[in-house]
Amino acid sequence: MSDTPIDRVAKATPPSVASKIRGLSDRAIAWLFVLPTIFLLLAVNIFPLIWTINLSFTNFRANRPNREVDYIGLRNYERILTDEDIWLTMQATAHFLFWTIFFQVLIGFTLAWLINRKFKGNDLWTTLIVLPMMLSPAVVGNFWTFLYQPQIGLFNYGISFLTGIDPSSFQMIGDVTLAPWSIVIVDTWMWTPFVMLICLAGLRSIPDYIYEAAEIDRASQWRQFWTITIPMVLPFLMLAVLFRGIENFKMFDLVVQLTGGGPGSITELTSINLKREAFEKWRTGYASAYAIILFVTVFGLASIYVKALNKVKER
Amino acid sequence: MKSAKLLAATAFVAASGLNVSLASADELTLCWAAWDPANALVELSKEFETQSGHTMKFEFVPWPNFADRMLNELNSGGKLCDLLIGDSQWIGGGAENGHYVKLNEFFDKEGISMDDFAPATVYAYSTWPKGTPNYYALPAMGDANGWFYRKDWFAKPEIQEAFKAEHGRDLAPPKTQMELLQVAKFFQGREIDGQKRYGAAIFTERGSEGITMGATSAMYPFGFKYENTPGKYDMEGAVNSADAVAGLEFYKELYKTSTPPGYTDSYMEQSLDAFKSGQVAMAMNWFAFFPGLYADPDTGGDKIGFFVNPGQLKEASTLGGQGISVVAYSDKQDAALEYIKWFAQPSVQKKWWSLGGYSCHVSVLNDPNFADSAPFAADFLLAMDGVMDFWQEPAYAELLLAMQKRLHDYVVADKGTAQEALDKLIEDWTEVFEDEGKL
Repeated sequence: MSDTPIDRVAKATPPSVASKIRGLSDRAIAWLFVLPTIFLLLAVNIFPLIWTINLSFTNFRANRPNREVDYIGLRNYERILTDEDIWLTMQATAHFLFWTIFFQVLIGFTLAWLINRKFKGNDLWTTLIVLPMMLSPAVVGNFWTFLYQPQIGLFNYGISFLTGIDPSSFQMIGDVTLAPWSIVIVDTWMWTPFVMLICLAGLRSIPDYIYEAAEIDRASQWRQFWTITIPMVLPFLMLAVLFRGIENFKMFDLVVQLTGGGPGSITELTSINLKREAFEKWRTGYASAYAIILFVTVFGLASIYVKALNKVKER
Repeated sequence: MKSAKLLAATAFVAASGLNVSLASADELTLCWAAWDPANALVELSKEFETQSGHTMKFEFVPWPNFADRMLNELNSGGKLCDLLIGDSQWIGGGAENGHYVKLNEFFDKEGISMDDFAPATVYAYSTWPKGTPNYYALPAMGDANGWFYRKDWFAKPEIQEAFKAEHGRDLAPPKTQMELLQVAKFFQGREIDGQKRYGAAIFTERGSEGITMGATSAMYPFGFKYENTPGKYDMEGAVNSADAVAGLEFYKELYKTSTPPGYTDSYMEQSLDAFKSGQVAMAMNWFAFFPGLYADPDTGGDKIGFFVNPGQLKEASTLGGQGISVVAYSDKQDAALEYIKWFAQPSVQKKWWSLGGYSCHVSVLNDPNFADSAPFAADFLLAMDGVMDFWQEPAYAELLLAMQKRLHDYVVADKGTAQEALDKLIEDWTEVFEDEGKL
């Protein structure tokens, strides 16, 4: 006899349920409960995915429903993969992803480690630190455009105060070199608290007796940190990196509000570029191919990462 | 019996009248951008409501989202708008994709003649294919990109003196693009009334159409054009001609030397803000904003002056403005056409101008008093004589986004040269026209 989840649900169903509905086996009732979910999954996830794959081989444009649609083979894929501008947006995305995750993990873990040390006002500090992530990304984007304003922005004045340079002599979101960093700073400001909370959960899950045993063995604080704290928090940290990685790969609203992808196309992340192709230029077939390439990339990377995460958890 | 017949007849007439008034009393939705002229149109339309019995509802969308929102609405066959005052560049898509009702038959039936409207506006706002007598809109709002300046600063003796000492001529509104740059540079970083001021507010916006509208205001006078032969899509040597390259290089110099700090993504609102807050001596913007600017209590009145976009090798201005169309998906097309018939009347057009809308009707524009009716009216006439517009093709959005990218990359992000930017633009546009089957 098979042992599928459905069979297990069927086994767990009390006999009285089946007996009340004549003519239906337990297995049928189990299917009855599962079917709406399966239908929803098919309708909302699987069908659009198959449809997108189909469109990616065509020259379809959603704004020209009456135009004849031709199958053009792999032409869309070929165009995307040989387009220099697309590779530049991939680079911009990679830069954004790497540095935001790097800073968020570094600062988030440090903050969690500090907060985890019991001190007066600990709860108040935790509340204050998590405030940015409670704001809407659109609000944060708008808010920071003012902070970055060269003439009146507090950020520029802060830098000026610390370094003595003229606040209006540099433009965070208008300068080709600084703009990619401007979005990294804002995302780090907003989402470091999230990483901190996950790290804090990890730190608080480490039983005290492990540290007590280490103390008895006369292990130094440094050694305790590297051999107990880091290995035991690592699965949590990796989970935080996974969440932030997926979120930032599809980053859109915050960056659109801040830089609009500019100056030029310096901060045009793949999601912004994809939106322009799909809903401004209306190259639906091309954009579908683009979306499939991104999907395969994210899915591939996430699968490798989840395997690594599971290995770490097994240790 | 006689009285019974009379009573029956009266009842029939009354009932018919009631039916007519019930059937014709529609609620029409007019869609447009959210800006000053839209408020004037609300005021103007009250007269239509009184006369027709219809009620008017308005859907005004802020400019940055206007194209996205309205084109999505049209592409999805939405019934939100019965009447749409859409951008001139949408006319090709509106006609070819069946979004707009063709108005020729209606115009003929109602005696509305396109000869009653300024030819440049009929060409730009109403016809598709361009220049053919196939009308999909009635010219509603004439507009072009123009300039305004701080008249009070220009008049200051110490400023006049300093300018003369520097350039050997009187400081006056510029007549050429090179003069414009000279004046803008003169004001850049200059202290006036104890505050640091800047030269000019220009368009650099990346997301929608800003930098294209701004840069073409410099490129057209330098000789930029889209095709060598209209309708042939032969862009090589037109889009990237030496004159076009010079125009683009000029715009970059204007941006680099004469704009306020952080002016990297600026369009209409930012230009108005920069001027009203006293940051800049000059600013470019659409004529549509000029009545509001003149009425501004702080920087309007005697403090503001206006001038048409300066020429260089030729006189030319970037076209703005829109025509009013009936949306093909509307269930209330008859009432919408009634609105257009009412709007086309000379008396309504006169009132439209008096309320702050830019009429395109010759009875208004050719009125001997028109040029003196507002401090910017004469410049408006000059501008409309030399307007040039972006592609109005069905694929205009793709064409526009390509230009936005290439111009912003070069002007703001310092990527490559002007020649490279325009060469790449031709590549982008060629690809679009090939996809469209036009090349």
